Amino acid sequence: MTMSFTEFMQHLANGISLGSLYALIAIGYTMVYGILRLINFAHGDIFMLGAYLTYYAIVFTSIPWYIAFILAAVITGIIGFLLERIAYRPLRDAQRITVLISAIGASFFLQNFATVVFGGRPKAFPIPQLLNKIVNLGGVSINIVTFIIPAITIGLLIGLNYIINKTKTGMAMRALSKDYDTARLMGIDVNRIISITFFIGSFLAAVGGIMWGIKYPQLMPLMGSMPGVKCFIAAVIGGIGNIGGAVLGGFILGLGEILLVALLPGLTGYRDAFAFILLIIILLAKPTGLLGEKVTEKV
Amino acid sequence: MTDRLKVERKRILDTNTLILLGVLLAVVLIINFLANDYVKTIANLCGIYVTLGLSMQLINGFTGLFSLGHAGFMAIGAYTVALLTITPENKAMNFFLEPIVPFLENVQWSLLPALLMGGIIAAIFGFLIGAPVLRLTDDYLAIATLGFAEIIRVIFTNTQSLTNGALGLKAIPKYSSILWSWIVAFITILFMIFLMEGSYGKAFKSIKEDEIAARSMGINLFKHKVMSFTFSSFLAGIAGGLMAIHLGTIDPNMFRITLTFNIILIMVLGGIGNINGTVISAVVVTAAMEILRFLDSSINLGFIKIPGIPGMRMVIFSIILMLVVIIRKDRLLKEN
Amino acid sequence: MLKIDNVTMKFGGVIAANKFNANIKKGQIVGLIGPNGAGKTTIFNVVTGVYKPTEGRVIFNAGDKEHIISGKRPDEIAKLGICRTFQNIRLFKDMSVLDNVFVANHLRIKSNVFSSILRTPGYRKEEKEMLEKSLYLLDRVGLLKERNEKANSLPYGKQRRLEIARALATDPKLLLLDEPAAGMNPQESSELMEFILNIKDEFDLTVFLIEHHMDVVMGICEEIFVLDHGELIAQGDPEAIQNNQRVIEAYLGVE
Repeated sequence: MTMSFTEFMQHLANGISLGSLYALIAIGYTMVYGILRLINFAHGDIFMLGAYLTYYAIVFTSIPWYIAFILAAVITGIIGFLLERIAYRPLRDAQRITVLISAIGASFFLQNFATVVFGGRPKAFPIPQLLNKIVNLGGVSINIVTFIIPAITIGLLIGLNYIINKTKTGMAMRALSKDYDTARLMGIDVNRIISITFFIGSFLAAVGGIMWGIKYPQLMPLMGSMPGVKCFIAAVIGGIGNIGGAVLGGFILGLGEILLVALLPGLTGYRDAFAFILLIIILLAKPTGLLGEKVTEKV
Repeated sequence: MTDRLKVERKRILDTNTLILLGVLLAVVLIINFLANDYVKTIANLCGIYVTLGLSMQLINGFTGLFSLGHAGFMAIGAYTVALLTITPENKAMNFFLEPIVPFLENVQWSLLPALLMGGIIAAIFGFLIGAPVLRLTDDYLAIATLGFAEIIRVIFTNTQSLTNGALGLKAIPKYSSILWSWIVAFITILFMIFLMEGSYGKAFKSIKEDEIAARSMGINLFKHKVMSFTFSSFLAGIAGGLMAIHLGTIDPNMFRITLTFNIILIMVLGGIGNINGTVISAVVVTAAMEILRFLDSSINLGFIKIPGIPGMRMVIFSIILMLVVIIRKDRLLKEN
Repeated sequence: MLKIDNVTMKFGGVIAANKFNANIKKGQIVGLIGPNGAGKTTIFNVVTGVYKPTEGRVIFNAGDKEHIISGKRPDEIAKLGICRTFQNIRLFKDMSVLDNVFVANHLRIKSNVFSSILRTPGYRKEEKEMLEKSLYLLDRVGLLKERNEKANSLPYGKQRRLEIARALATDPKLLLLDEPAAGMNPQESSELMEFILNIKDEFDLTVFLIEHHMDVVMGICEEIFVLDHGELIAQGDPEAIQNNQRVIEAYLGVE
């Protein structure tokens, strides 16, 4: 089997754009995990809500699409904030498995609530004309979205990097994720920082959801479930708690999936298993992920 | 040796357990001989979920290993039982896209050996998966086992000549008697009680309580974890097989994470590490889930027809789950 | 009996123990002392297999043959006959006092898991012996009355005693005690000293202990090792240690 250079470039571009979507969603998982040691199972459903809210904002109001995008992302961020207040904060001092079960419940709730409110039938995402162009680069025809997605991701990553490294809030986030108890004793307003973390994570997931809608324009209430699990895997592969790791994991997974299908079309059906197999291999070789720190338990 | 150091004779089955078993036995027999098909169907599912709930308790509640792989082991058991019991003619009918692999073509076993084989194959997979994966701890183990279940589902979707792929398997002989599910459930209850009262069960508990101390007391963590995981997979495989003969039709998409989460709910409501509680919660949750089905379908009150809202049942279900977790957070994980 | 041979333990850049050497003979009671953070518990963790030493090795000989135990798993080491207690008590909190001791017998069980479920006569006999031994040990540490209570409902001092009973249930030849007298008043610690001497004779033990209470260490140890910042700074009998200038400096913090 051979593949021309242009075809390969096309797949590469696709892989990078899928990878950047995964990276955006994985960041939300890793930030929450870093501070609360919680797998926020509902994160994938937050991503789904982001896409649906955009749909409703564009189809049922007359606001311009770019405003609709921002509005939907902000509202999704607020929903993420509310999720933490309702489902996780009452369990702050409970055992971890309890919180995890609450997260599973929240995920169930959002999925089925979406089925009830939005209907179970797929909806077509209204793609703005401006973003729906095919460009031809040296014989390779690629949808312009394929470039926009990584560009927006890079922009958001720069912004996030600024928040985390240059602002007081970001410093508090890092402190909490390094040593929760000490940071708490030092007078950091834990609740506020956690709320902000959930807002940021959910905002990024919504942006991911919107771009997902443009790339794969079919919305379903369960659309967040598989990408959600995969992005958590991306975060784990990269080393959970580490934002750079989440981005790295996202790109490895996105590129890997696309290239697997491109190079070995016989395995197309196994695409969804790829992430899990990669996960198990990496965890067995490096139990805390690629960029994760080794932890030794104190006895 | 002085008298006060004498080992007191302890009854393995305490009074509460005996009462529970007696009541269940009576109710099951009454339903089996007197009730209508609707009630029988629910009772049948309840029995299957008792086995599933206890199998989840074994690995999560007693050994403290957060495993989310149940749907995968159930799928293995369900497909094994289906492939071993479907008649050769019906197999030919099922596999119209691609013929079934020759070695299964003319096989037709009776239920009991097929169920056992379902459990054994699930246990073999449990053993093979467990050996590498159980070296991971809590969240990593959870996501790896969840990943394993998804891999099984994807594989079953793609192996056309073995599992008939996404089309699933139809015409699995329906052994309609609820006795099968409940015989297995009763055996599982006794198995769990006797296991956990013995030395090995206590070793499992000690691993859950404190791994480092358990190791330092000479307990081989790996051996005991794999043992617990293999038993748990065996039970999940048998329950999957019962599910297959209960439904008569299976396909890979039935065995999604949602199924595992249902079992987790049963475990949590029953009280982690509580056998009697799990039995009760399996019955209550399963019955409630079936009864709540009216929320999804339309209700005809004679004069007015309320249209059903698909998904409403699960909305209510998830709200209950979260409320229970939040309200009972402190008592949730205590044995009683 | 136990030979710690040039053991170094590093965590990242931090050296918790540096080229530590010790030789413990059968039947001895040996003490390991030093200021906080000197690396004492690290030595215990290396001996019991919780940590694998960065360099050096640990050799154990209970009279049969020499075993190089560094690199072995904790449960293998426990089976060879080394058991310990923990500085920050690690009981099986939600299990009963009796079960805490009972489960420590499990490492020597001969019946397999199926005979335990079926309660075969062979298993029942074995279980009865394990229970009898557990009750005897509980009586020995004065916790027989509390046998059906949960371990974490016991007061601190009794939890320490339960840890010793649990360790004894594994049939150790070498017993490692990590600060057994922590939190005890002088009356209790003198009882503890007597208790340690008694069990040493009764169970034919060799004892290696970490302790801050100097009266305990000086009272029962035949030989004492002093650690400071991971380095062995002194070694000898109680009298020699008490008069050792470096030890005094280490404890008083003189530079």
